[in-house]
Amino acid sequence: MQDSLKPNGITPSQTVGPFFKYGLTPNGEYAWNDAFTNSTLTPDVTGDRVRIEGRVFDGDGVAVPDVMLEIWQADAQGRFADPQDKRALPNASFRGFARCGTDKDGHYSFDTIKPGAVPDPDGKPQAPHIVLAVFGRGMLRHLYTRIYFSDEAGNAADPVLAVVPADRRATLIATREAGKAVYRLDLRLQGDDETVFFDV
Amino acid sequence: MTFIYPVDSNKAHPLPLSPEYKSSIKRAPNKPLIPMRHTLSELTGPVYGHETVREGDSDLTTQHTGEPIGERIIVHGHVRDEDGRGVPNSLVEIWQANSCGRYVHVRDQHPAPLDPNFTGAGRTVSDAAGYYRFVTIKPGAYPWGNHHNAWRPAHIHLSVFGHSFVTRLVTQMYFPNDPLFPFDPIFNSVPDEKARARMVSSFDLENTQPEWALCYRFDIVLRGKNATPMENH
Ligand SMILES: [Fe+3]
Repeated sequence: MQDSLKPNGITPSQTVGPFFKYGLTPNGEYAWNDAFTNSTLTPDVTGDRVRIEGRVFDGDGVAVPDVMLEIWQADAQGRFADPQDKRALPNASFRGFARCGTDKDGHYSFDTIKPGAVPDPDGKPQAPHIVLAVFGRGMLRHLYTRIYFSDEAGNAADPVLAVVPADRRATLIATREAGKAVYRLDLRLQGDDETVFFDV
Repeated sequence: MTFIYPVDSNKAHPLPLSPEYKSSIKRAPNKPLIPMRHTLSELTGPVYGHETVREGDSDLTTQHTGEPIGERIIVHGHVRDEDGRGVPNSLVEIWQANSCGRYVHVRDQHPAPLDPNFTGAGRTVSDAAGYYRFVTIKPGAYPWGNHHNAWRPAHIHLSVFGHSFVTRLVTQMYFPNDPLFPFDPIFNSVPDEKARARMVSSFDLENTQPEWALCYRFDIVLRGKNATPMENH
């Protein structure tokens, strides 16, 4: 039985293609239901509710209308809704995952809570951040990046921001709009001000 | 949390820029990806189980009033990690063209008929052994504008979560012996021939159901944890 054989490697990635919307982000436009929305909010969630929004651009600066973004994050106490994170989770129904397709002008948005600090491999706190995966036509494998918050003092000591060249860090930091619980972060897939993507 | 997913496994994936695939030219990063140590944020991942899947979501032939046109098929296999362990409770989502090679997506302009009895989307959750199963219609090949006379080999798009955010996989399942393989820049964006072969399902006579449906087997292999302490990364 082939199940007992050790595989000779992982299944390679292929592009999500231009037609994922009806299957992955139908949003009422097709005869299929959404498994996920662009919100992580649950009735029992605690913490500061925030909206993160922006646009996605290609190497010519043209808005990308067919990208899918997925976020994964800790709760406001810095804990993950995953059995691998053994620490107790006070928000029992909070999942920390959301999915959003860009619209015709490349806009995306997520409604979530600001995550708490999560330890790095040495146990030191990282600055609050959200992990972001970017999928799209023309992208043979999805890209990984992070969203940090402009009003967090911890950014200066964050171990992941520290490995990013100083002149590129701003591409990872969502800017808080004055007087609103809204953060703005545009993604640039290519070019001089290209978003930092990580090799994980 | 003392183990990591080796990044070497990622060598099976295509490089971001694959110029033969024209859409990659303006969408692939120019700058190298930045290596970083995996933290809890990368090592954990969303857990979505049976509550996310409705009864019947894994049968794409029974979502409408009538039966879709085309060749009914069973697609099944195991989700495993690269060490051969089954990956249980993993959400598997699929989407595909109908038997004529037409997607229900509004931007698909291929002049082939839509099928009122086929949407082409499904989802399921792998069981305790990592096993999953769909019933669907064999998708048709379809033309695309990448180059003159460009046709995609028949394929089913798949999305799999695995057990951490870095095991996330979106791929395409192909059918054995497709004559379009040598001409498809997306299939051939995977540099290693053995790795390309892992995207091709195999005909499964043993699980073909007499008088009802051919069966194709597609095992999905996700990144696995090895015993390398994080400090050595
Ligand atoms: Fe396709």
